[in-house]
Amino acid sequence: MLLSAHNLSVSRGGISVLEGLNFTLAPGRALILRGPNGSGKTTLLRTLAGLQPPLRGRVEAAPETRVYAGHADGIKSALTAHENLTFWSAIFGGGDVDAAMAAYELEGLADRPAGALSAGQKRRLGLARLIVAQRSVWLLDEPTVSLDTHATKLFADAVRAHLRCGGAAIMATHIDLGLDEAETFDVAPFKARAAALDSFDEAFL
Amino acid sequence: MRAVLIRDLRLAMRAGGGFGLGLAFFLIVVVLVPFAVGPRADLHQVIAPGILWLGALLACLLSLDRVFALDHEDGSLDLLATAPLPMEALVSLKALAHWLTTGLPLVLAAPFLAVLLNLPIDGYAPLLISLALGTPALSVIGTFGAALTVGVKRGGLLLSLLVLPLYVPTLIFGAEAARRGAEGLGYAMPLAMLAGITCGTIALLPFASAAVVRVNLR
Repeated sequence: MLLSAHNLSVSRGGISVLEGLNFTLAPGRALILRGPNGSGKTTLLRTLAGLQPPLRGRVEAAPETRVYAGHADGIKSALTAHENLTFWSAIFGGGDVDAAMAAYELEGLADRPAGALSAGQKRRLGLARLIVAQRSVWLLDEPTVSLDTHATKLFADAVRAHLRCGGAAIMATHIDLGLDEAETFDVAPFKARAAALDSFDEAFL
Repeated sequence: MRAVLIRDLRLAMRAGGGFGLGLAFFLIVVVLVPFAVGPRADLHQVIAPGILWLGALLACLLSLDRVFALDHEDGSLDLLATAPLPMEALVSLKALAHWLTTGLPLVLAAPFLAVLLNLPIDGYAPLLISLALGTPALSVIGTFGAALTVGVKRGGLLLSLLVLPLYVPTLIFGAEAARRGAEGLGYAMPLAMLAGITCGTIALLPFASAAVVRVNLR
């Protein structure tokens, strides 16, 4: 078991959005979050990543096993593609930059300033960071946005390789990646009933 | 940890990085002041330490909104917050990078610009020492202000208003040391106070900045 949620409730802006979530994530498994816009998928992923505390319940995971990829890729346009990845590799403890670039077919773009990359190329660079981070739980928020069919396939291959090595992934996506290891998790039934402030003080803070 | 510092320095040096912004502003202030107050060398001599300190302080303020805003916009801050790097270390490194790209050039440029303001010869050493001791405090306090305004779009105005009162003690003791030095008086006391302020801010504020960034990322 790499990550589990126990009676987890998450909130955005002090308002509860999802309640009573229970799930566990075993090595080699992927969880695909489904739900309409605004149903709290991003909030759930940010909570699982540790960027915000849960409203109630708890997230269990070994420290420093999770890596998060949100809507923004965290790419510096003044640095080259290779420099961007090298930075993240240094931060996360030395993943193989060239292998990660090869996985997303970015070799030809290594010395191009990241600002000159297209949206899809930037996204591929952002996803290559996950490989460099060498962490077992990937938390992905709409990872396939602006990827073309071929790049989506590269991404699915990367996820598959990650799962085969004993990793796990939770992603919010509406595209069918063709992953046999994935189960779909619909968040809609866990929608918070009363949209109430979580504490009295919150309104004043 | 070194990677963050190297990246920030590299980003500052590249096009659009804002390196030299503070320096250019400092130069403009010091060059324009004699035109504004008129050709009176005796008056310049009196106001030189204060103008130089004020110019350096405002130049520091100018580049503060870049400390976290750029990283927040492109999502790097979220990713750094989940990286195996303590937030306290991150904000300290950010402050250090800000000082190296803004504070240090100001310190090194000050003696040359002091010539334009006719600073008495005795005033150079205390000016240089007081700026070298005081500008790190400006960067650390400024980083705290930048942390407070992390989520705010175009938070530059709010940042300036928050930070200015916190800059007052540094300015008072820094300019006082430079003034007393220029007038040939002993300047050990204001310098000691300035060093105290700098040490205090470096020791305490990173914890506050880190807590504030974490809250703002929620």
